[in-house]
Amino acid sequence: MRSASSRIALLMAGAAALAAAQSARVPPPAPTGDLDVLPVQGNVYMIAGAGGNITVQIGEMGVLVVDTGLGSMSGKVIAAVRKLSNKPLQYIVNTHFHQDHTGGNEAIRKAGVTITGANVTGNLTDARVGAQIIAHENVLDRMSAPTGKQAPTPADSWPTETYTSGQKEVFFNDEPVQVIYQPAAHTDGDSLVFFRRSDVISTGDIFVTTSFPFLDLEHGGSIQGEIDALNRILDLTIPKHDEEGGTYVIPGHGRICDEFDVVEYRDMVTIIRDRVQAAIKKGMTLEQVKEAGYTKDYDVRYDTKTGFGSAASFIEAVYKSLSRKK
Amino acid sequence: MDRSGRLGLWVLAAALVAVPGWTQTTGSFTPIGALDLSGNWAPLFQEDQPERIPGPELVNYAGLPITEGARLWAESWDASRLTLPEHQCQVHVAPYIYRGPLNLRVWSEKDPQSQQVIAIKQYISTYEQTRTIWMDGRPHPSLNAAHTWMGFSTGKWEGGILTVYTTHIKQGWIRRDGLPESDQATLIEHFIRHDNHLTHVSIVTDPVYLTEPLIKTQDFLLNMQEGQNWLYPCEYVEEVSGRPKGAVPNYLPGQNPFLHEYADRYHLPLEAVLGGAETMYPEYQLKLKKETIGAVSK
Repeated sequence: MRSASSRIALLMAGAAALAAAQSARVPPPAPTGDLDVLPVQGNVYMIAGAGGNITVQIGEMGVLVVDTGLGSMSGKVIAAVRKLSNKPLQYIVNTHFHQDHTGGNEAIRKAGVTITGANVTGNLTDARVGAQIIAHENVLDRMSAPTGKQAPTPADSWPTETYTSGQKEVFFNDEPVQVIYQPAAHTDGDSLVFFRRSDVISTGDIFVTTSFPFLDLEHGGSIQGEIDALNRILDLTIPKHDEEGGTYVIPGHGRICDEFDVVEYRDMVTIIRDRVQAAIKKGMTLEQVKEAGYTKDYDVRYDTKTGFGSAASFIEAVYKSLSRKK
Repeated sequence: MDRSGRLGLWVLAAALVAVPGWTQTTGSFTPIGALDLSGNWAPLFQEDQPERIPGPELVNYAGLPITEGARLWAESWDASRLTLPEHQCQVHVAPYIYRGPLNLRVWSEKDPQSQQVIAIKQYISTYEQTRTIWMDGRPHPSLNAAHTWMGFSTGKWEGGILTVYTTHIKQGWIRRDGLPESDQATLIEHFIRHDNHLTHVSIVTDPVYLTEPLIKTQDFLLNMQEGQNWLYPCEYVEEVSGRPKGAVPNYLPGQNPFLHEYADRYHLPLEAVLGGAETMYPEYQLKLKKETIGAVSK
């Protein structure tokens, strides 16, 4: 047993350090308008603070970005990208259609170029039309409109290269890049972007660290698709040592992660799904499920209180998604 | 210790904070009172032995300042979750790793030009973890940077005590019976050397799962025998065949079959073993006695 005097000394030291830590803490997130540019691994960087996270891959051939943030931040995003590389910005990949991930498409596309084939020489006639925008077909459908109808976004922001099957492949900057479709997850047009040599996955809003998942049921999202997508990320990630490092993961919002961070998030989403599923089986109504507090063990960490990603909206979406007729 | 005594201690401690210390960062390469902690250190388990060696019993949260959310998290935790491939090699986070069996090797990394200490390094045999405690005054990384099991640590000497501040820690546990620690937790440590004896004080602050800082101590003895740093390779295997893909073992609310086990075995009130800050303090014993007497007299 430790002596009383040494316990007192320890307590005093502890209290002093605690208070000191308060003042020495990492500062709060930068105010709106400041971008945070972080190296992730290999050729890949993350830009935070422009809405959704933006992934930047750079190399000898040029620049590829995943998502473009809010339109109002495009000037700063382009400047940040130019600090990383002055090579031509050739590709934009959209993980889904939401404005905080595609709002900068138009401006950033215009800052880039399309080069038709890396080994073409001479006069590149289409080299001034802006960067290509790759996305799942459903992203184009959400951003555009049939002829004669008002589109929700300007035509210059629409995807120029869409895919409908399992994945789209690009080899760029000496690196295979897989754009992998995840059906009915956050929306009906989600893509994971896997940089295979850098060993980095950009997830869009399938995975975030700042809130509960936002299941956009109105635009084709679902709880089972969300869980399937999180498990797909876990299939792709390989930790370097004891569930740390190895494949890095850039979430749609929040900090850089690795496999274990996704594991804990997947566990949470699955456990809450299980609770709501059991409640539905018992015949509980949506109101009763909302009252039951099935997210309480995660609320302090993930509940945004209002809007997308709040506990209330997540529980409602899970309930409605599970209650849909198959 | 009574309430007024504790208050006095905290007031005294707060007064100590007024002494500039933590802000002294850049250029503090040769602080007064710095000691050499280098060597192999073997843990002593006389303190909290039942928790640290055989391991805590299920649903024993007594004496821990946990939130209601932490309690719910732990009550839904099924130990079978550790059989999932992604959990099998899960490392004890920095605030917890010194509690278990381990050997600790400490050394200093010095600038070859100036011979000033840039970092104090530690190799912790359990899970083969290497910690770096930066002593050169560098800032902590952006909030958007990745988290690790050991976190990002900076240290400084306060007299003869090495004080370490750690951020960017992964989600882990504060007790290995399912009580969670969030990735928002931060850690203050004090490494106090008296000859061949090292006391490690850890103070965890977790805005998600703790209502008060959790303070613990561990002791080590200098081990002069070389070859004490084990390897700890971990490779996952399929422990449960046929489990549906994506299944996460958990207990639905109110269905944890072990909820009463510990309380019943030791004839303790359930509310006491479910923890909370109140259960840390001696006054709680009086409260329980009064409630028990009250219940009996009714």
